[in-house]
Amino acid sequence: MQNTYNLGIDIGSTTVKTVVMNEKDELIYTEYKRHFSKVRESVCEQLSAIRSKFGKDREYKLAITGSAGLGIANSAELPFVQEVFAAFIAVQNRYDDIDVVIELGGEDAKIIFLTGGVEQRMNGSCAGGTGAFIDQMSTLLGMTPTELDEMSLKHKKVYPIASRCGVFAKSDIQPLLNQGANREDVAASVFQAVVDQTVSGLAQGRQIKGKVLFLGGPLSFLQGLRNAFVKTLELDDENAIFPDEAPCFMALGSALFAKDSKETFKLDDVIEKITNIKINSTQTGERLFNSRQEYEEFIARHNSVDVGFADIRTYKGEAYLGIDAGSTTTKLVLITPDGRLLYQHYCSNEGRPLDVITSQLTKIYDISTDELVIRSSGVTGYGEELIKAALGIDYGMVETVAHFNAARFFEPQVDFIIDIGGQDIKCFKIKNGAIDSIMLNEACSSGCGSFIQTFAQALGYDIEEFSKLGLFADNPVDLGSRCTVFMNSSVKQAQKDGATVEDISAGLSSSIIKNAIYKVIRASSPDSLGEHIVVQGGTFLNDAVLRSFEMELGRNVVRPAIAGLMGAFGAALYARDHVADGGTSSIISKEDVKNFTYSSKAGRCGACTANCSLTIAHFNDGRKFISGNRCERPLGIKDSDKVPNMYEEKLKLLYECIKMQKAPNGEITIGIPLSLGFYEQLPLWVEFFGSLGMKVIVNDESTRELYYKGQHTIPSDTVCYPAKLVHGAVIDLQEKGADAIFYPCMTYNFDEGYGDNHYNCPVVAYYPELLKANIDTLNDDNFIHPYIDLNRPNNVITSMTRELARFGIKKSQVKKAYKNALTAHNDFMEVLQMMAKAIIAQAREKDMGIIVLAGRPYHIDPEINHGIHKVIASLDMAVVSEDGLFQFATPEKVNVLNQWTYHARLYNAAEYVASQPDMQLVQLVSFGCGIDAITSDEIRDILEKSGKLYTQLKIDEINNLGAAKIRMRSLIAAIEEGGDSDGKIHKRDEEHAQNSSAEYVANTL
Amino acid sequence: MLPIHFNLLINVFRQYGYDMELLLSDDRKVVDEGLKHVHNDTCYPALLVIGQFMDALGSGKYDPDKTALLITQTGGGCRASNYLHLLRKSLADTYPNVPVISLNFSGLEKGDGFELTIPLILKLLYGVLYGDLLMLLYNQCLPYEINAGDTDKKLAQWEERLAQRINDGKARPNKKIYKEIIEDFASIKRSDEKKPKVGIIGEIYVKYSPLANNNLEEFLVSEGCEPVMPGLLDFCLYCVNNNVKDGEIYNFRSKWVFGSKIVYKILYKMHRTMIKAIEEHGEFDPPHDFEFLKGEADKYIHQGVKMGEGWLITAEMAALAQTGVENIICTQPFGCLPNHVVAKGMSRVIKDNFPHANIVAIDYDPGATKVNQENRIKLMLANAIKGE
Repeated sequence: MQNTYNLGIDIGSTTVKTVVMNEKDELIYTEYKRHFSKVRESVCEQLSAIRSKFGKDREYKLAITGSAGLGIANSAELPFVQEVFAAFIAVQNRYDDIDVVIELGGEDAKIIFLTGGVEQRMNGSCAGGTGAFIDQMSTLLGMTPTELDEMSLKHKKVYPIASRCGVFAKSDIQPLLNQGANREDVAASVFQAVVDQTVSGLAQGRQIKGKVLFLGGPLSFLQGLRNAFVKTLELDDENAIFPDEAPCFMALGSALFAKDSKETFKLDDVIEKITNIKINSTQTGERLFNSRQEYEEFIARHNSVDVGFADIRTYKGEAYLGIDAGSTTTKLVLITPDGRLLYQHYCSNEGRPLDVITSQLTKIYDISTDELVIRSSGVTGYGEELIKAALGIDYGMVETVAHFNAARFFEPQVDFIIDIGGQDIKCFKIKNGAIDSIMLNEACSSGCGSFIQTFAQALGYDIEEFSKLGLFADNPVDLGSRCTVFMNSSVKQAQKDGATVEDISAGLSSSIIKNAIYKVIRASSPDSLGEHIVVQGGTFLNDAVLRSFEMELGRNVVRPAIAGLMGAFGAALYARDHVADGGTSSIISKEDVKNFTYSSKAGRCGACTANCSLTIAHFNDGRKFISGNRCERPLGIKDSDKVPNMYEEKLKLLYECIKMQKAPNGEITIGIPLSLGFYEQLPLWVEFFGSLGMKVIVNDESTRELYYKGQHTIPSDTVCYPAKLVHGAVIDLQEKGADAIFYPCMTYNFDEGYGDNHYNCPVVAYYPELLKANIDTLNDDNFIHPYIDLNRPNNVITSMTRELARFGIKKSQVKKAYKNALTAHNDFMEVLQMMAKAIIAQAREKDMGIIVLAGRPYHIDPEINHGIHKVIASLDMAVVSEDGLFQFATPEKVNVLNQWTYHARLYNAAEYVASQPDMQLVQLVSFGCGIDAITSDEIRDILEKSGKLYTQLKIDEINNLGAAKIRMRSLIAAIEEGGDSDGKIHKRDEEHAQNSSAEYVANTL
Repeated sequence: MLPIHFNLLINVFRQYGYDMELLLSDDRKVVDEGLKHVHNDTCYPALLVIGQFMDALGSGKYDPDKTALLITQTGGGCRASNYLHLLRKSLADTYPNVPVISLNFSGLEKGDGFELTIPLILKLLYGVLYGDLLMLLYNQCLPYEINAGDTDKKLAQWEERLAQRINDGKARPNKKIYKEIIEDFASIKRSDEKKPKVGIIGEIYVKYSPLANNNLEEFLVSEGCEPVMPGLLDFCLYCVNNNVKDGEIYNFRSKWVFGSKIVYKILYKMHRTMIKAIEEHGEFDPPHDFEFLKGEADKYIHQGVKMGEGWLITAEMAALAQTGVENIICTQPFGCLPNHVVAKGMSRVIKDNFPHANIVAIDYDPGATKVNQENRIKLMLANAIKGE
């Protein structure tokens, strides 16, 4: 009789791991392999190998673990052990002095705290993948994870990249790449993002210290990632342990777990059980095509929409060049004046759009005849500014304008355009020949094209092959319609249920479509989109996606055969239509393009406290191009030309009131975190404490560093960024030596009389409770957080007298102080109103457009708004905030329960803007703000009723202003094209905006 | 949500002449309808509730000209108070004639032709009490029943009997009827095997609705656990208590505060009667006394936190841990605002006091997959079983 062995099987989201231990607990076999989504096959394959190695008749005690293992174990009726628990067993068996275990898997991240109260944590459903995230990022950079790793070791600097979820990180990385940041630095930044996510997202208030054991595939294979962890956690060699068996550690744990079980199995039976798992009836969608014939008809219909061609080798005459420097791909076309294609190119930019375009230009010059004259050229897309400056392109335009120009060429009656590119979804409605409303995907749903691509590669297919697989799938899986991270786990579940690659491919196509329709456009019915729909963007070249779209809409749409080139085509048409008679192009010449070289380096702007990270590209002719800047200061534009901007004035005013406080030398120092509601109530409380002879201090201006200071005390990773910043502010105040920190809980805000009630949002109202429970150093002595209702002086006085008794303050003093405080508050609100009026007057005098940037008082925090107001000002629009003009109008009826003070102001502001021809409203929404899910639809309704455009900018910890800029420029373009005769936004504004960077380049020569 | 309770409540409404139906639809179509009609960043319960309504109206089963939709509304500072308006917005395009009626006790939406009289309110309350008792007994019997199906049979019998009782005008519960119910459930043959108890707390809809929480109770039972689900009356007491507390915290007196004090006393007494009946019988674990819950809350959080389920969630977490149920699942819609503070925000301090507390927060939303949720619950259970 052979000895019984213990077998551990770890089935993860991307890999299958097996280990075998003999009767002496010795590890005698390990295997680690990617399963490419053929989960059951891979498991059986590994089991067969074990069977042949250790004999057919041997008995095994076994346990399955891993995220994809659960379903298999259940269906095959085999023992299962949860993976974190398995890791826990293995650690206890192998080590006796570990304090913390960090394990990164394909899509899960886990931490186990072993000492000081055992605690095991897994990433929440929003935290995104880790191994999969690194895979995605490598694909984005056009290399393998191993190459990414090697590259990261050579980095010089690390860029801040949003660490919360893969999608956010991507939108940070893309602009860096497009601006020509060093790939070595980007690679290292990717790893740093993973580390930050683990430290903030998982540790949540517990510090990672002592001996740390690192487990899981990515941490055993990627040196750069290891280094980043060790450096961030400040570990030395002795305290950072990377075991050799790390990738198979969970499998080891499950083998150890199995040891204690009684049941034994023969591998033949196990293999049979796994092979015969009955496939659960998962939700399946409709088939894309029922027959080959149906498919062919579909293809024929779409192929009929095509452009004409002309031969570049023989063509003589004028030509127009259009470039779409997209986020992942570069598109380029050369057309004749009547729109025939002379040359086209579509390729992945591999993070180096400039290189790709110069080589294409060289090629065009080489193969064309000497009589071909490029009369004008246009560029659009993420890389617009860099390309325009580097290669002397004549016109830059925002993507939406380019796409509209192209769509109109194919379907003059077009009333709806949807473009799904690699990184973004753009849709817009066309009314009366102008862009009417624009919908862009927000950071959270930017699954889009590159998602399918990464997915295909992860499953071992190239994108074309992968999408073709889905066309005739029998049971397309239903994968839901949220962000990519969720889709990853939906796919995991489908795999578990035995879905084939074909079914998954078809399912992904349809989920991208659902994402676009229900998440981005939020259409309630297909009819609300339009009758003449043009689809474009590389993703629609995928027939499965196109078919899913038509099926979901229940109507046919137009996909031009050059769907992937529409941006470039539109740019060329724009260039053609805008060139002056007899004008010539400023595009780089044949000779210069051959010699063109550039180098880029990183820098930091020191003009203000924002310390923008700049990327400076140096061209071989001595010019340079700066990008990454939020305002125009590093470009050398003078203050006197400044556009009136209430966001800046308001912030100054708050700091002013600290400077002017009554008792700057008071004995008692009260710390007030300048965050959330204090961005409005600071004057009130400064006056209050000043009247009592106390000194008030506030924290340093919010920055990313301030956020990091409190990061480890944040218990909920999905709370809004403004709330997260409070943690750092409080800790900063303690370091500054405040005797007590004051932060009252306020269920109610001031009753301004505009709503049915006057609540604060739950987060603003009760955040002090959370702070007290999660910041160790806060206690009842140094943290004053009474419940008060500002509308009830009696209550404020009673509560504050009780709280301040410790400082010997009497009720009569409090009473007087609160009276003064209320006056100070009213004065402040009045000043805001005057400020708004003044800015409006000033703007009107200069004939300038006005943007009401509406949000919450705390949106003036530069770390929260990331300088969006500066971007708007740089487009020559005056910025006013909603709290300066909410008193001017009230909507007759609001269709929601109007019960929050700050939110009631938004409806009023919208109503007012609706009545002012030269004003537009842009709503700032913090990611995770549940209440704005309600306000935003209502504000849109109010604005649209009077024919105004609604624009929303979602903001989070990421500071990617690219998307904000697209929206703002589209808004301007839309107003212009709409022939909005009252609109005071003129052509010169847009051109000024477009030229500003380029002009600077020219000026520095 | 709460199928046991709602069946009883609907029965009460029927008695008052409303032809009412409880929507139980739970297929994927509900979610799809919700996604279509509701802003996707709105919380999951809104999406499901509205999805359910739209799905029902679209089914052709109801004549849109003769149907009204009834939805509860608390009027608190949480966005849940806006479900009603979101529902109206969704209806506006397709079913402009379908009225939406608010069921609330805060004086919102007056004059919509739906009148809550005192006898009706009382009967609804009795329904809640019976529902709480049945749910409690059901959860404590089902995991241990020896003959599969016994507990369900018992539940069905009592649902019918109690409905009949309410119809007969003998709605008011008393010690006798409580005793009868308890003894009857106690007669179910049960094993004395020890199973880990798992408390389920969280946002009220997700906590109570199998549609939202992917049949969490059922899952826990199948995993060999005993689910411990706090009753609905706790939430009613919490709402009334908040009105009383408002007067205390903000130093004012009003009829509203005064009335709430009286209502609180009545409700509390009724709850006590039920608790006593369970205690006297001795075989089952009674629900937490509400004054005890308040005391537990005071250790961690102020009773001024009154949006959503507010301090009640913290109190339930603490009370469960205090009474030996240290395995706790906190269910919440993804991005639930009050829960940042009262659930995730408070678990650290509770863990400080109960180092063995095994608390896991699970987010629910249309995109979250069952496998992800179950995997996290399994981790919690692995620890729970180890702790036993």
